[in-house]
Amino acid sequence: MQDALLAMLAKEPSYGYHLRTRLRRALGPLGESMNAGQVYVALTRLEKAGLIVSERADGLPERPDRKMYALTPAGQQRVAAWLAEVSWPKPDLADFHLKLTTAAAARLADPVELVAAQRRELMRRLRDAQHAALAEPDDSTAGLLLEGVVLRLQADLRWLAACERAWSGDENRI
Amino acid sequence: MDESGDVLRVRDLYKEHGHHESLVRAVDGIDLDVPTGQMLAVMGPSGCGKSTLLHLLGGLERPTDGEVWLAGRRIDTISERGLARLRRRAVGFVFQAFHLVEELSAAENVELPVLLAGGSPRAARRRAALLLERFGLADRARHLPWQLSGGQRQRVAIARAVANRPHVLLADEPTGNLDTTATLDVLRVFEDLRAAGQTLVIVTHDERVAATADRLISMRDGMFVDDTRLAGSTTGRLDGLIRLED
Repeated sequence: MQDALLAMLAKEPSYGYHLRTRLRRALGPLGESMNAGQVYVALTRLEKAGLIVSERADGLPERPDRKMYALTPAGQQRVAAWLAEVSWPKPDLADFHLKLTTAAAARLADPVELVAAQRRELMRRLRDAQHAALAEPDDSTAGLLLEGVVLRLQADLRWLAACERAWSGDENRI
Repeated sequence: MDESGDVLRVRDLYKEHGHHESLVRAVDGIDLDVPTGQMLAVMGPSGCGKSTLLHLLGGLERPTDGEVWLAGRRIDTISERGLARLRRRAVGFVFQAFHLVEELSAAENVELPVLLAGGSPRAARRRAALLLERFGLADRARHLPWQLSGGQRQRVAIARAVANRPHVLLADEPTGNLDTTATLDVLRVFEDLRAAGQTLVIVTHDERVAATADRLISMRDGMFVDDTRLAGSTTGRLDGLIRLED
């Protein structure tokens, strides 16, 4: 989130409240649980790191303590580096794979049952994501994020189907 | 509907294809109750018997053994004529390849089953206009199937399938030929039908289609291996779906 906040400040200085609104709009229903504190904590950290500076602005009556945030040169460099970065979250499948292999080896549990339970859980998550996606209008950018979540869950479910085929096919597999 | 409130009831159902060494049990001892208004998804690998099951439920095929009850009436033993009438009125089918009549407009495709069931041309027109409007196709009513996108054609096919207000809508891979946007459009139509109380049984490979159902059955080698209730089992919370680093 810190990087996204920096990028939002690249064009012009902005208020914390405004930054939070923009974040929430981009995330759509997936950003609903984001609390106000999270953005201000991130901004404080960025300021301590010397990537942004803040200036107390003339407050409005209903919001007397507004701070205007602006990017420092170091912050600008960080935005450029972030945009050039190609890191990507790694799928965390090894843990479940090891659960299946160890459970089968020690006969602690039936791997096929473990896969079935996992599949039910992922189907429930997919259901939530899919219902949220159906509720989004076609031109929503947040809908695109939901589409990504749906496709990832779908990929995981296909992997589970492959696991199920393999483990139900060979009883003596270790 | 029978007294139990189940629109579909299946008891000890078998369907065999071929003979002797080449004998295949496509459906191998299935019991199933589908309550009125439920949206049920059936998933499983190719050849697991899910399409055959759908055909048995809708009277397109007869079982080797067992019973199929639709709306309180046993349908596996009725005459060919009775079956034909049943397929016209009591069940609606949707297929992967749409199967629209290419020479007829979208509206005429939807009117056709109403006319075949003895409805007046006026009633047919009214019903078609209503359904096409409801499924977001009012401006496509005069188009021929080839002038429509895949998603639009499938929505016309769904409108046709529910034109006679069937007890159950049976769909075989309804989104198999569709891209993401068209799939979402079809899912919205199913959602609309479900909200109106329509019973749906959908056979699908597509996890996202299955995830919208109330209940998910997994099939393998002609048998049910899992039966999960999805409706009411989720939190509806979305914050667990993504991880937003500080």
